[in-house]
Amino acid sequence: MKYDTALCRLVEKKEIAKGFFDFRVQNTDLMNNALPGQFVHILVPGKTLRRPISICDVENGCMRLVFEIRGEGTDILSQMKVGDDLDILGPLGTGFKIEKGKKYAFVGGGIGTPPLLYAAKQADTAIAVLGFRSSDAIILKEDFEKACSKVYLTTDDGSAGHHGFVTDPLSEIIGEVDEVCACGPTPMLKAIALIAQKNAKPCQISMEERMGCGVGACLVCACKTKINNVEGYSHVCKAGPVFRAEEVVF
Amino acid sequence: MADLRVNVAGVKFQNPLIAASGTFGFGEEYSEFYPLSKLGGISCKGITPKKRDGNPPPRIAETPSGILNAVGLQNPGVDYFIKEELPRLSKQGTVIIANVAGNTYEDYCEMAEKLSNSEVDMIELNISCPNVKAGGVQFGTSCESVAAITKAVRPYCKKPLIVKLSPNVTDIASIAKSAESEGADAVSLINTITGMRIDINTRRPIIKNNTGGLSGAAIFPVAVRMVWQVANAVKIPIIGMGGISTWKDAVEMLIAGATALQIGTVLFSDPYAPIKINDGINAFLEKNGIKSVSELTGSIRIWE
Repeated sequence: MKYDTALCRLVEKKEIAKGFFDFRVQNTDLMNNALPGQFVHILVPGKTLRRPISICDVENGCMRLVFEIRGEGTDILSQMKVGDDLDILGPLGTGFKIEKGKKYAFVGGGIGTPPLLYAAKQADTAIAVLGFRSSDAIILKEDFEKACSKVYLTTDDGSAGHHGFVTDPLSEIIGEVDEVCACGPTPMLKAIALIAQKNAKPCQISMEERMGCGVGACLVCACKTKINNVEGYSHVCKAGPVFRAEEVVF
Repeated sequence: MADLRVNVAGVKFQNPLIAASGTFGFGEEYSEFYPLSKLGGISCKGITPKKRDGNPPPRIAETPSGILNAVGLQNPGVDYFIKEELPRLSKQGTVIIANVAGNTYEDYCEMAEKLSNSEVDMIELNISCPNVKAGGVQFGTSCESVAAITKAVRPYCKKPLIVKLSPNVTDIASIAKSAESEGADAVSLINTITGMRIDINTRRPIIKNNTGGLSGAAIFPVAVRMVWQVANAVKIPIIGMGGISTWKDAVEMLIAGATALQIGTVLFSDPYAPIKINDGINAFLEKNGIKSVSELTGSIRIWE
């Protein structure tokens, strides 16, 4: 049996920026099977649908889940207390493929940065390019500094780091890396995919879509793709969330 | 252990719980949680004569105690289903129901004929999908159209025929009678109720199809009422569905008049729901000294 649900104790909880929560949950089976870029589907009390949250990291016997309050579900989730048990289905989906000996650029925008951390930690050489709205929305900067040889920071309003988008630093360093891994808003991913393509670098992107079952049965989380020259809808929960950039039809 | 077996139109189910079409794919994913033989049956994802890509996303929105969906019948087509999915499915030790949806009479007849020569146990006529532009629900909303499509398909369908009814009608009992009069072996109800959600900031519907089908606990009381009304109108067995989330809901739906049940949306929060619901039904039967689940069917004591 590949899928299961498990109760995972919330052992640590921090609000790392306004509206951004950092949960550490404990469950050995769940952690041992988790791959970078995968996600877990969390039961939210009182809600019909689970909430998909990306796996940020696995360390010190805990799985780390970093999420932003986006609506009612994540708001309820943010009110869970240390000592509570979370009903988690996962790990789910197809994550990032990190190969030995390669130099990667990890490019994240806002709440798209968490799933890149576990991947960056597994890469032999990693550079991070992290973009946020403003200085008060910066998350995980120190964690990426530990995992990467260099971290470029950008903010939309110029309140910290480079004033502009992640595509600016990425364009400068793309020649130095072998491959790009990215997660963030769709327009950002589209721009990154284009830069990677122009520079003939492979690129993996993590997509997001409103989700139902989380395991590939209900077909709601559709993402337009072109795979082996066939255009159609793939599903973010099973074929993704990580796709090769050239497979995604923006 | 009470007897959970039920019989719908001569087809034997080991328990009354059937996975509802569209929530369970072709069973492959959920077989990674538990053996599919735990289920009474599987109503497979709706299939069409040719492959369909479905609607653009977003295809789902959460609602109070429910969800709206508009997948738009994304499926690989009937031939692929028979060749690639059915050989595996028919070995799972559970009843396999093919759910078919088309644009024309010919579509439905062609699929019924092909599936009649396959390993499927039953055919469910989907004339109630609210999320496709042509076909589907257009056959399901008047007595005349339901009678006509049932009559057209009947000669081609050598398997027990279930007609799946739309709740988006004024008198579901008459619709059910029309299906029965033209040879339906069973009816299943209810499909989703057409609904809508709008993002107040963008003023855009959340679902790209604008409208979608409402399912989940929110529609359960409507489903119970309609199953009861249909049970009073027809003699053929009813497969009840619509928001069943707990064993108590299941028992209630059986009492209202259902012989078997389909469950769908609850799987998204709890993939193990069918097993828990069966356990709950069994405990209820044992506690009340009821030997067989089928004794519950239609046992409602209505106020006069």
